[in-house]
Amino acid sequence: MGRFVLQRLIRSIITLWVVVTVVFVVLNLSGNLAATMLGPDASPEAVAAFRAENGLDDPLPVRYARYLGQLAQGDFGDSLQNGRPAMEELTSRVGATLELGGAAVLIAILIGIPAGVLAALRRNSVWDRGTMLLAFVGQSAPNFFVGIMLILLLSLQLNWLPSSGRGDWQQLIMPAVTLATGLLAALARMSRSSMLEVMSSDFVRTARAKGLSERRVVVGHLLRNAGIPVVTIIGLSIGGLIGGAAITETVFAWPGVGRLMVEAISMRDYPVVLLIVMAVATTVILLNLIVDITYRLLDPRIHATGGTAR
Amino acid sequence: MTGTTLTSVAAGTRSPASPTANRARRRILMPPPIVAVFIVVLVVVVVSAALAPLVAPHDPTRNDLIARLQPPAWLEGGSTEHLLGTDQLGRDVLTRLIYGARVSLIIAVLGTLFGAVLGVTCGLAAGLVRGRLDELMMFLVDAWLALPFLVIALVLVALLGTSLPVLVLLAALSGWAGFTRISRGLGLQIREEQYVLAARAIGVSQVRLLIRHSLPNVIAPLIVLTTTELTGIILLEASLSYLGFGIQPPLAAWGLMVNEGREYLNTSWWLGVFPGALIMLVAISVSLVGDWLRDVLDPTTRT
Repeated sequence: MGRFVLQRLIRSIITLWVVVTVVFVVLNLSGNLAATMLGPDASPEAVAAFRAENGLDDPLPVRYARYLGQLAQGDFGDSLQNGRPAMEELTSRVGATLELGGAAVLIAILIGIPAGVLAALRRNSVWDRGTMLLAFVGQSAPNFFVGIMLILLLSLQLNWLPSSGRGDWQQLIMPAVTLATGLLAALARMSRSSMLEVMSSDFVRTARAKGLSERRVVVGHLLRNAGIPVVTIIGLSIGGLIGGAAITETVFAWPGVGRLMVEAISMRDYPVVLLIVMAVATTVILLNLIVDITYRLLDPRIHATGGTAR
Repeated sequence: MTGTTLTSVAAGTRSPASPTANRARRRILMPPPIVAVFIVVLVVVVVSAALAPLVAPHDPTRNDLIARLQPPAWLEGGSTEHLLGTDQLGRDVLTRLIYGARVSLIIAVLGTLFGAVLGVTCGLAAGLVRGRLDELMMFLVDAWLALPFLVIALVLVALLGTSLPVLVLLAALSGWAGFTRISRGLGLQIREEQYVLAARAIGVSQVRLLIRHSLPNVIAPLIVLTTTELTGIILLEASLSYLGFGIQPPLAAWGLMVNEGREYLNTSWWLGVFPGALIMLVAISVSLVGDWLRDVLDPTTRT
């Protein structure tokens, strides 16, 4: 197990290094960095000063080494909009996004999994068909449209919930539901098909045959085994949620990382954009690592067949 | 059971495979009614986009400030002159939807096509050649998939701007990893097949092997993946254009129209709702037709 974790860890670090390198290459090959950073109106003197200050006239390998050194020291540059360190800009927004994302994942799990499990247990019933139809539509609905329909219905028509901002819990409901839609639909479909697969397996038939109560079959055998792929889906979809957060936060004026990124891109604020990209990449890579390890701990079969286990 | 109902498609269950090729052919000719409806929807969208200057009732970018924010024809204050109403500058909503379809479809179709060509080339090469190339390719795919694509897209847009070629490039990049993965697996599978060994034995070149012997065998699963990618790209383009990083005004794009309509939601709901509903309708149509194609094309589908 230790060796497996170590292998995965090394692989993750290499992946992160690739992302960081690609970011460096793209930024340095995409034309005149000084002009991009300073804007089109910069004077030639300012451009020359910027080049000298940032060592842009050095050869590429030297710049690359310096860039890695800066990253290692946690120096991600300053925001071009207000001169604050990019890291500070990011950390001031992380809380809002974690709150939104956490609420969305919670909603998706609490509604999606029971809906899918029930659909599987009552296969081909009205409930089953209705849920799956809704899930299918939910997966095809763009986040921003779901958000706008919610605003139209719950804020403007019924006047129940505020349409934007962050503060009290009412303001969290609509953005969280909007962000949850895709994952909720995916979870409902996934837990349904996963349940159906397990329901037809031999050990469930054996459990029934030896006279276990239906409740013990469902809880002890079905849910436990059907849970593995579902857990994986949750872990792997976090990356997609981060993309969805950019849109959801824009629709509801939610002051999180996603909206910061959209703003930074509109303003061509590269240090902030690049920092967010690296933060997102690190998060997703770490999550994949955790999913891999959890998966291995949960599923005894993977454990048994993996030659290097223990 | 010959028909695939909406719910069985939606639930991801498949109708049993037809026992004979004859029956399979009949199913290709006769899609189930619900799928037929969505095929018609797609045909209408594609044809009206292609013939936009002929079928659109107005000029998509001409302002008419006297007739601004008119409701759809069936509401009080609406007129048959503007069936789906007008926007904040008095432009005809229906016309802009038709011209917006052009943008969405061009980006989706070209992007999927380029992405498929790139991905299939990479994937088949990796699967057939194996070794170092294979390892490198899979590592690249994994690294690529480590980032949410919307984030990659936003960065590229920030660096390269928002012209149509850039958007097509983005669309192509969003799909290549998926195509590479699936065609690599197929390449591996094919590599062991008798007819490939036979072809290799008589000295057929790698390139010829790829084009003449492998490709025809992987075409069906690829078509199915293509429809999935199409849906993804339509939603991606809509999202980018909603954020203001797609086609720029005064040109029309569906996502952009939803964005512009957000401000007028209180008084003129139709501005945001029609384009949003259309995006959803097209996405659902493509997915449904794709699921149906999967049933028809794959002779080994399980229940």
